[in-house]
Amino acid sequence: MTASKTTSSSDLILLACFAAAVMAGPVILAPFGAGYPDLLQKFAIFGIFAIGFNILFGLTGYLSFGHAAFLGAGSYTAVWTFKLFSMNPIPAIIMATAFGGVFALVIGFISLRRSGIYFSILTLAFAQMSYNLAYSVLTPITNGETGLQLVQTDPRWLDTTVFGRDYGSTLPSSDLFGITMTGYSGFYFCAVMLIICFYISMRIFRSPFGLMLRAVKTNQNRLNYTGVNTRPYTLAAFVISGMYAGLAGGLMAVTDPLAGAERMQWTASGEVVLMTILGGTGTLLGPVIGAGAIKYFENIFSAYNDTTLMNIFSFLPEGLQTGVVNILGLFVGDGWHLTLGALFMLIVIFLPGGLMEGVNRLVNWATARFKNKDDGAPTPEPAAS
Amino acid sequence: MSRSITNRRSLLKGSAAAGVALATPTIFTSQVWAAGYTNEPKGGSVTLGFNVPQTGAYADEGADELRAYQLAVEHINAGGGGMLETFSSKALKGGGINGKKVEYVTGDTQTKSDAARASAKRMVEKDGAIMITGGSSSGVAVAVQDYCQTAGIIFMAGLTHANDTTGKDCRANGFRHFFNTEMSGAALAPVLKNQFGSERVAYHLTADYNWGWSQEGSIQKYSEQLGWKTQAAVRTPLGAGDFSQYITPVLNSGADVLVLNHYGRDMVNSLTQAVQFGLRDKQVNGKDFGIVVPLYSRLMAQGAGENVKGIYGSTNWHWSLQDEGSKAFVKAFGEKYGFPPSQAAHTTYCQAILYADACQRAGTFMPTGVGEALKDFDFDGLGNGPTTYRGHDNQCFKDVLVVKGKENPSSKFDVLEVVEVTPRKQVEYGTDLLGCNKGSINNGAA
Repeated sequence: MTASKTTSSSDLILLACFAAAVMAGPVILAPFGAGYPDLLQKFAIFGIFAIGFNILFGLTGYLSFGHAAFLGAGSYTAVWTFKLFSMNPIPAIIMATAFGGVFALVIGFISLRRSGIYFSILTLAFAQMSYNLAYSVLTPITNGETGLQLVQTDPRWLDTTVFGRDYGSTLPSSDLFGITMTGYSGFYFCAVMLIICFYISMRIFRSPFGLMLRAVKTNQNRLNYTGVNTRPYTLAAFVISGMYAGLAGGLMAVTDPLAGAERMQWTASGEVVLMTILGGTGTLLGPVIGAGAIKYFENIFSAYNDTTLMNIFSFLPEGLQTGVVNILGLFVGDGWHLTLGALFMLIVIFLPGGLMEGVNRLVNWATARFKNKDDGAPTPEPAAS
Repeated sequence: MSRSITNRRSLLKGSAAAGVALATPTIFTSQVWAAGYTNEPKGGSVTLGFNVPQTGAYADEGADELRAYQLAVEHINAGGGGMLETFSSKALKGGGINGKKVEYVTGDTQTKSDAARASAKRMVEKDGAIMITGGSSSGVAVAVQDYCQTAGIIFMAGLTHANDTTGKDCRANGFRHFFNTEMSGAALAPVLKNQFGSERVAYHLTADYNWGWSQEGSIQKYSEQLGWKTQAAVRTPLGAGDFSQYITPVLNSGADVLVLNHYGRDMVNSLTQAVQFGLRDKQVNGKDFGIVVPLYSRLMAQGAGENVKGIYGSTNWHWSLQDEGSKAFVKAFGEKYGFPPSQAAHTTYCQAILYADACQRAGTFMPTGVGEALKDFDFDGLGNGPTTYRGHDNQCFKDVLVVKGKENPSSKFDVLEVVEVTPRKQVEYGTDLLGCNKGSINNGAA
């Protein structure tokens, strides 16, 4: 699936397959215990976040350690849009995306003056600054550690004054012209956004702009010597990925109208880096797969406890059962980070290209086997071909 | 030309597939939401969701809460044991609730609003929990309570002490047994007056989230009524670990009382450091320097060790109480786990029992039915004397304990002594004081 070989028709097939897989998510993931709305929404939202991050990191090679700042900013913007204007998710995500972009423009303008580790540290510093601002200094806007929430007395100016909608005494939840954005409908809203984002990312990957970004990653000095000013390109990539993050943050608020400062913490920024590397940096599908894998671990493995494990291993003799459970118990529950760390190490060591490299190797191996079988009968020596 | 044909074809294929996929959720939704209320239990069992901090600054409280929940489930399924024996309502007869065996799932709130909501959602959406209970932070409680309101699930708040939980952020689906900072202030004021007099200058260190703000506000309100002055109120981040940078300025501020609006490990750390800085033995303005910890718990006192001696605070319940309910609870808990329960364990145990009893009396798990059963419900025998679940804001009203770190503890659990049991009358407040407008109970999608 290297860029040079793909044609526009195979891209469309990829997009169609991706769309179908995303839409059928609830059915496909149900046997794995992941077919419930909250986790599905997270898959879609963090998929968007990782796709956006990949546009920056995968294409230009600039490793930002502060992308969670845009995610958090998007969430706060969306919740404020709900509070002030309308419970409809569309204005909220537009505002969130726009604000994510503006915020990224400011931070990117400063941070992109440096590259490499200095750029990473600058973005990390900005993100931690934003986190601390949101956590304490900007408490009137962000409500600090408690998190920004909707209240019954919010003005919701567009809804109440312009459209004359009355929410009564219940606390409204976000709804798209009557369809509430919780549960499965919320997931489908995020899923549509994910597919659109995937399509845009695909277009960027295939465009001359995308090629220029790849050139930046390959050798920025050479580009500079040939007289190309790379700053506008990297800044554009940074802003685009900031907008993706803003959108993801906005969608988090749409499916659950609460914005907390911890979304901006460095752990959240690190998470998206992990997702992208785990899935496959610079690939189209990789980030989505990586995001899914990490969210799956976080939600499913962390919910296991010793009692569940005991039930799973109840077929073993008692002494052995406790032994196995005691060892495995370290890796589930609060210890799920340990599992994630081990998995991450294995992938970085054996599959530096992430899970996508694994998939590609499997596909290549399978096609090679298949070809050999076809050609194998007439020519007994496969090495010759 | 060929390009556009392929495009159209694959687009058609794709949209057909997408259409099929889009149609599937209706099947799912019809199954999930077809019940009269969210997660109506259909089989022979009912699932409760215990959402407690297993990591972070309040992890000790969370672990004790979980122990209490497990004990409560045992007692509900057995129809007796512990405080069920002394509880004034005798509706629970064993065999679970409404003939359904009680099962439970657990989640980790991490003392973060986001994570707590996510784990509550998982328990509701994936595990089919009919009720969510727990939480050891008001930030978390408010966030989860808000989620439960929209999802149509009853929320039985655990350890949450901020006024907001049943004040400005109250929700019809949320119920709180624990007391709040307003009650702490009202109960502490007379004791503080006796101990420190009415001419004092207070310096607040406050955990920077809704509980801390609430606690700071209430103590200021009541101490200033006594004639105290407030020198400064400094906010510290939750889970800060090192408080020395906040305590150093106190030494030369001219204040003679330090109010630590901290809880859990934060309080253990800040108190220990305050004592290490010599605040307890200091003289300011010709008076002995005083330290007050408005919300106390035995777990924290144990964590802070020697440093709690002689330090005042308020608490919801303490294991050394000698009423029948408390004695029965301490005995049952001690037999199972080998040590006495904390106030966190007590309030969560009560909440589980109260919920089960309300469902049994209502004959249903439907949130409106449960709410009706709990509305202005009077009960006794749960360790706090006669108690009322006020219908206006779903807040329990009961006696409040003022405690002090014991000078000569007889065991490592015997670290607090009850100075005064402030009668319920003295801590009650009007329905309009905290501005609760809870709306109506949500049963979820019908």
